[in-house]
Amino acid sequence: MAHQSDLIEQDILAYLKSQEEKSLLRFITCGSVDDGKSTLIGRLLWDSKMVFEDQLATLESDSLKVGTQGGAIDYALLLDGLQAEREQGITIDVAYRYFSTDKRKFIVADTPGHEQYTRNMVTGASTAQVAVILVDARKGLLTQTRRHSFLVSLVGIKQIVLAINKMDLIDFDEERFQSILADYRLFAADLGFSSIAAIPISALNGDNIIEPSANTPWYQGPPLLNYLETVQLEDDARQQPFRLPIQWVNRPHLDFRGFCGTVAAGTIRPGDELQVASSGKTSRVSRIVTMDGDLPEAVAGQAVTLTLTDEIDISRGDLLTGIGATPLHTRHPEAHLVWMSDEPLQIGQLYLVKSAAAVTPGRVTRVEYVVDVNTLEQKQAPTLGLNGIGVVRLELDRPISLDPYRENRATGSFILIDRFTNATVAAGMVIAIAPLELREKQITPEPEGTDAVGNRIITLSGAATSGPGVSLVDLTRQWGTLEFQLSPGFMEHLGKGNRILFRLRDLGQLPAVAQLAYEQALSFEFDRTADAVSILLFKRDTALQPRSYDDDGTGI
Amino acid sequence: MSSISGKAMTHLQQLEAESIHILREVVAEFANPVMLYSVGKDSAVMLHLARKAFYPAPPPFPLMHVDTTWKFREMIRFRDRMVAECGLKLIVHVNEEGVQRGITPFTHGSALYTDVMKTEGLKQALDIYKFDAAFGGARRDEEKSRAKERIFSFRSANHRWDPKNQRPELWNLYNTRIRPGESIRVFPISNWTELDVWQYIHLEKIPIVPLYYAAVRPVVERDGMLIMVDDERLELKPGETVEYKSVRFRTLGCYPLTGAVESTADTLPAIIQEMLLTRTSERQGRLIDHDQAGSMEKKKQEGYF
Repeated sequence: MAHQSDLIEQDILAYLKSQEEKSLLRFITCGSVDDGKSTLIGRLLWDSKMVFEDQLATLESDSLKVGTQGGAIDYALLLDGLQAEREQGITIDVAYRYFSTDKRKFIVADTPGHEQYTRNMVTGASTAQVAVILVDARKGLLTQTRRHSFLVSLVGIKQIVLAINKMDLIDFDEERFQSILADYRLFAADLGFSSIAAIPISALNGDNIIEPSANTPWYQGPPLLNYLETVQLEDDARQQPFRLPIQWVNRPHLDFRGFCGTVAAGTIRPGDELQVASSGKTSRVSRIVTMDGDLPEAVAGQAVTLTLTDEIDISRGDLLTGIGATPLHTRHPEAHLVWMSDEPLQIGQLYLVKSAAAVTPGRVTRVEYVVDVNTLEQKQAPTLGLNGIGVVRLELDRPISLDPYRENRATGSFILIDRFTNATVAAGMVIAIAPLELREKQITPEPEGTDAVGNRIITLSGAATSGPGVSLVDLTRQWGTLEFQLSPGFMEHLGKGNRILFRLRDLGQLPAVAQLAYEQALSFEFDRTADAVSILLFKRDTALQPRSYDDDGTGI
Repeated sequence: MSSISGKAMTHLQQLEAESIHILREVVAEFANPVMLYSVGKDSAVMLHLARKAFYPAPPPFPLMHVDTTWKFREMIRFRDRMVAECGLKLIVHVNEEGVQRGITPFTHGSALYTDVMKTEGLKQALDIYKFDAAFGGARRDEEKSRAKERIFSFRSANHRWDPKNQRPELWNLYNTRIRPGESIRVFPISNWTELDVWQYIHLEKIPIVPLYYAAVRPVVERDGMLIMVDDERLELKPGETVEYKSVRFRTLGCYPLTGAVESTADTLPAIIQEMLLTRTSERQGRLIDHDQAGSMEKKKQEGYF
């Protein structure tokens, strides 16, 4: 019984008191098509009494109309929210579901299992602490099972429930159950999970969902709901070095300057010394201010307002840290990138990079490798397409403060936003600062004489610019007007999707690049940033969508 | 909600922190945000969270109420009192065009009336004041189409929601980028359930409109619902009689469209007790959702909250 109806009826105040200490668990369910995910969640909502009578009436009529259970109640219909997916019978987007028991409130991210919707799974997993991976007992591990496990591991989930479903269809065969589990443990050995709990279930019939099933006397573990209610949440964020990304500075009047943000890691008390990651300046916490009075302490997860003892320069985008626990502060992070847009990653093109508090323009300079999510093989590829996952190097316009994602999900994550469409095109997870010598291929060309009208001639060769991705041609030390000569192989190099980034000394060098683009039918993108004038030269892929270049208001 | 030391954060503390983070993110990133204040319990919680997020400053945005002219009188009194107490600016917008055309819930049916007085009214107000972000108190557990809506939900220049082309929303990194004319609807209490809202109101002693508490009120039974006779504009149909019953409201809106439930729950714990023991969802009291399956999805695409 999920709610203590007797206590509610007899002593509501005691009941409310008992509810004040409930914890919150966010989990994700993943499985292949027809694994019974929606049925499982529908069953959890149903059995924890989160389905109301009027919803039941709708469910009964819907089950008759569009149900897949021959008129019997189709729990999946409780979940399929959007009309399009009801008609198609598939779940096309991440849906969030809520239920609670006396011990915990649960937020479930229900995500589709189709390959083209990988981005939805990464989205749902990004906020989850536990993943429930469904396996059809008849089919065992499928490619999708492996893919989902890799994705939840990539996104940093450490606690896994392997829910082996449809046990009723294999007569609750223990041997089969154990063999799937053994297969899974073998496969998952390198994925960094801290626990794998395998539970034999039938979502349709309710076996081992709420109550232990009489059909599995050989299974000694808890039913699914009991596991979810009691699993220890690995909440080690408080023990980590302090991190507060500054979201907003609160200045209601001259005598108050509060720094607002959500504590990403660690614990802080008045008197503790803090450091601004970008400037290295230090100060001490004066007060932790709330509407209900000052706090003696703030911990990871709390949204706080701090005042400091010194007037130091701190603004949105800064990261406040504990002393002696410096984060990465870099323009060149190396990261896992999950591509989420139909239009592929454009190497060298500026995107907006949004991390815990900072937003800065930046580009991907190189795809080191892509990961085949089905085989986990690493492959070479020039770019990432929809649902592609790879390790990339970025070049940001200005340094930002980050942590490796495996150390801190909050300060190690970022998204990429397309500056023209404003779409969120990728999710990123920081690995480290990119090794310096490999950051980008840089060419500093020497002029090879002058032409008849005094232009200095610079030869661009395919060989000099070989290697995938973006090559940087540094013209900042060249004087006078330029003319480019192309050696064989140059156009072929661009034709493969590679790009050349020219760093210009001044605008006087622009006509030469424009002339080159005109003569060779190339495209370019111009950028003026605080410390550089640059032009990205590339051959436009004819398959690309027409893009809109109206002013996006950023001034960049 | 403040004693933490040594203990794990409770579910309400975590929800509160998430909501405050969302509220601050909007203020940091948008030029002209507004909070849509519907006067109901969800709005009450959202406003309370906003006061916490920006304390000691008042919330740095105005409240806006799209008034259909058919709200319960008690709602309007409560609204004006809260605004005065919090020291906030209130914008009240009425679709005057709809009023002049004589659109009422009685004459034009709930669907057209809602479209004109609520959806159109809201769009007009957003256009007039050029708000680039609008907070709303909607929750994902209210209705199935809302379960898949983002916390930062993009709207085109025509205020349309495109459910199949939503921006992925990861971690707590919200994409706030829009072009001129476009806007974002932001739902800070997306992850709260009805029970969470009530528990939080109880714990934080948040004031709510008295209509949520049971009292003897004049009602008529119409289309299977108990409709309160809030003013003289409610004309009785043949066979209808005004009865005085102890009733309360689980959700508040326009009085001719909002069904009361018979109840004696006149304290907050009693309300929560009743909610936990009742087997119907709160939106059942709203005529809007009954029209047809997927009706909320359609309304939302057209710009309804």
